[in-house]
Amino acid sequence: MPVVHLPKTLLPLFAGLERECEAGGATVAEALADLDARHSGLLDRLCEPGPRLRRHIHVFVDQEAAELDTPTPDGARIDVITAISGG
Amino acid sequence: MHVMLLVGTRKGLFVLDSDGDRRDWKIRGPLCESWPVFHAIADVEAGTIWAASASDWHGTVVWRSQDLGETWEQSGDGLTYGEDGPPLTKVSSLTAAGDRLFAGADYPGVFESRDGGASWQLFSLLDDQPAREKWLEPDASPPGRLGVIATMPHPEDPEHLYVNVQGFGLFHSTDGGSSWGPRNDGMRADWPLEDPTWGYCVHKVVFSPADADRMYTQTHVGVYRSRDAGAHWDEITDGLPSDFGFPAVAHPHDRDGFYVIPVDPGHGRTMHDGQLAVWRTRDAGESWEKLTNGLPGPNAHLGVLREGASTDGLDDPGIYFGTSTGQVFASIDGGDSWEQLAGYLPGITSVEAVVWPD
Repeated sequence: MPVVHLPKTLLPLFAGLERECEAGGATVAEALADLDARHSGLLDRLCEPGPRLRRHIHVFVDQEAAELDTPTPDGARIDVITAISGG
Repeated sequence: MHVMLLVGTRKGLFVLDSDGDRRDWKIRGPLCESWPVFHAIADVEAGTIWAASASDWHGTVVWRSQDLGETWEQSGDGLTYGEDGPPLTKVSSLTAAGDRLFAGADYPGVFESRDGGASWQLFSLLDDQPAREKWLEPDASPPGRLGVIATMPHPEDPEHLYVNVQGFGLFHSTDGGSSWGPRNDGMRADWPLEDPTWGYCVHKVVFSPADADRMYTQTHVGVYRSRDAGAHWDEITDGLPSDFGFPAVAHPHDRDGFYVIPVDPGHGRTMHDGQLAVWRTRDAGESWEKLTNGLPGPNAHLGVLREGASTDGLDDPGIYFGTSTGQVFASIDGGDSWEQLAGYLPGITSVEAVVWPD
């Protein structure tokens, strides 16, 4: 099962959400959907309608830049990163 | 009684609390995880505070608190134009109307919640309006892409709804939002209009709480008064230092009392001559007084945004406003003198005064 590493900014939005969590799914989209099933609304905080990743959200699978349809083999590490921005 | 100011800023919501004397204030915040807040309101009967917020990372949500701001939940459930629709980048305005909650969003559109903000449904796109074709053009969208900057039920008839679309003007429905018509007659524009009934840049509209047919507005080019609930507008700019400003506050008990904060209409959009000043009329715009007692200047080069001022509506009403540079000012003598309540908040987008009974 892939392991998802979430940005700190998501944690206050969903009770019980942890920074690192296992999520079932053969793609990034499926893994995030699995998390959304446990934390309703999480997917909307990472994706726009389409669905597509929000402009300032980046995803890496085993350190390679990924999209929603990128495969996530068993044991893969999925990093969800908030883009360096702000001020 | 407990008087509360909900202060939306670029870095979260702040709450200023005082008792009925409104002399001593305590500041709480940043709340809402320091997300940028466009507008925050409360409904005393529902016991709820809401804050419209948009994060560059995580999109648009409306936060809500049912314990006076101690704890918060958020929801963006239903705040979408659908899988094939354009992205909804922000909710710009919130309105509580009985058991309904309205959210004005960019695109533009109006959303409604019937469960206190836990979920939302698209209420109206004003899609019977000829102006809609124009506001769907990305190039025609005004800076900031605020969309619907106000949804206002008439104080005496909730079937009469007013919607203010940024850069396009005021629209009005007499059937609860099923159909719409423009409500900009008498306003000026100093740009070409495709249709004289719409295309106006109406920054802020208020009803007089003392007379439901009396309305006032601060626009991009002029300040106006209506005696017939917006069917016609008379310009009352004469006597002000410029025709440009954002906020507008109607006196809660005197239909002829009204406040604006004009700014330089150029790029700066800051105070004339660097003097922070509120301008008051007590005769429905026939004459204006410049109020500066307790306000900084010269060299106070700041602005006040459209939702940046409000009144608590008490018998001896407090008038409050927040600045682009993070100060909150209050007057409890009708504007004759002002006190600074906060000095170093982030840039302020909205100030809403709420009176909670003990």
